[in-house]
Amino acid sequence: MRIIGYVCAHAGYAAADLAGEQRLHYSADVTLIQVPCLGRVDVTHLLRAFREGADAVFVAGCLEGNCHHHYGNFEAKKKVAQGKRILNDLGLGSERLEMFNVASNQAWLFKEVVDEMTARATRLAPNPLGARN
Amino acid sequence: MIVGEQKPLNEIVAMLDGHHRILISGCRSCVAICLAGGEKEVGVLAESLRLHSALKGKGWEVRENTVERQCEKEWVRELSPLVKETDVVLSIACGVGAQTIQSLYPDTRVLPGLNTSNMGAPDEPGVFKEKCGGCGDCVLHLTGGICPIVRCAKSLLNGPCGGSQNGKCEIGNDTPCAWEEIYQSLKRLGRLDLIERNIPPKNWIPSRSGGPRRIIRPEAVLTKEQKEAKE
Repeated sequence: MRIIGYVCAHAGYAAADLAGEQRLHYSADVTLIQVPCLGRVDVTHLLRAFREGADAVFVAGCLEGNCHHHYGNFEAKKKVAQGKRILNDLGLGSERLEMFNVASNQAWLFKEVVDEMTARATRLAPNPLGARN
Repeated sequence: MIVGEQKPLNEIVAMLDGHHRILISGCRSCVAICLAGGEKEVGVLAESLRLHSALKGKGWEVRENTVERQCEKEWVRELSPLVKETDVVLSIACGVGAQTIQSLYPDTRVLPGLNTSNMGAPDEPGVFKEKCGGCGDCVLHLTGGICPIVRCAKSLLNGPCGGSQNGKCEIGNDTPCAWEEIYQSLKRLGRLDLIERNIPPKNWIPSRSGGPRRIIRPEAVLTKEQKEAKE
């Protein structure tokens, strides 16, 4: 199983880091990609991850109204919505993609995010492109 | 600017069936501003088609290109090396752009990836509204800078009609009544005398009544000698 998580440097990644420090256990199938701000995440990045075989993709960053760059998380929210529409059109299903807001001190929430996406990836059929990559 | 929106992905995919090497061509002008066919949208569509191709095992080879203005042959000529290596061009510029590519490369199939809608402008980010009907006989000087041809649902030249209620048009959708807006604009401008004026029946000959329209600007037309020198 492959899960890709795009996380912002200020909140998503910091929460993941804290989860590590607190020895919280979550799936080892997740690969995190740190971005300076979620505003950097584009639909092409999300779709590319699925083309490369990801079973689920999530985007995690600052709480709404608390973005370090003011509105990067709102931009990401729109991109994720667009990505979900495209995944539905292509028949892969929008459930495989999700956006989460996590503060830097919410390590427990970050673990829940990964657990949720792991559960979804387990429930859904594997990405048919996964075996080829 | 010309406003358009991308065709549904399943329609695009159906059009592309049977082709292998696909060139997606965007335009950096109007359709880039209305976020339908610029460089960014070319990238997203290309990635969507690549994903579809991988999922369905179609083996599509998708290339991307965005020209400055797809409606001008000078810019579209840049596509020449790419078109030579392609089965089909998917244009996500307006219909003018798609036709310009087709006229320059008559042996290659050109498909429209956009539905070209209207001549409009953004009222706010992401909201594009029709502003001009291209009727060929402008009356904005009489209507406070607001076009009654496209902004009035009935294209009334002497409005408003009885369907105007509280500044809104009876068609709903929160559409403002164009003639209410015209009245308010003329009032602001101190030219309410214009609303008293009866605008006579419109001359529709310069509009779409006579087939495709053509405008010739003699000072820009190349002479025979200039054409020869260019060749």
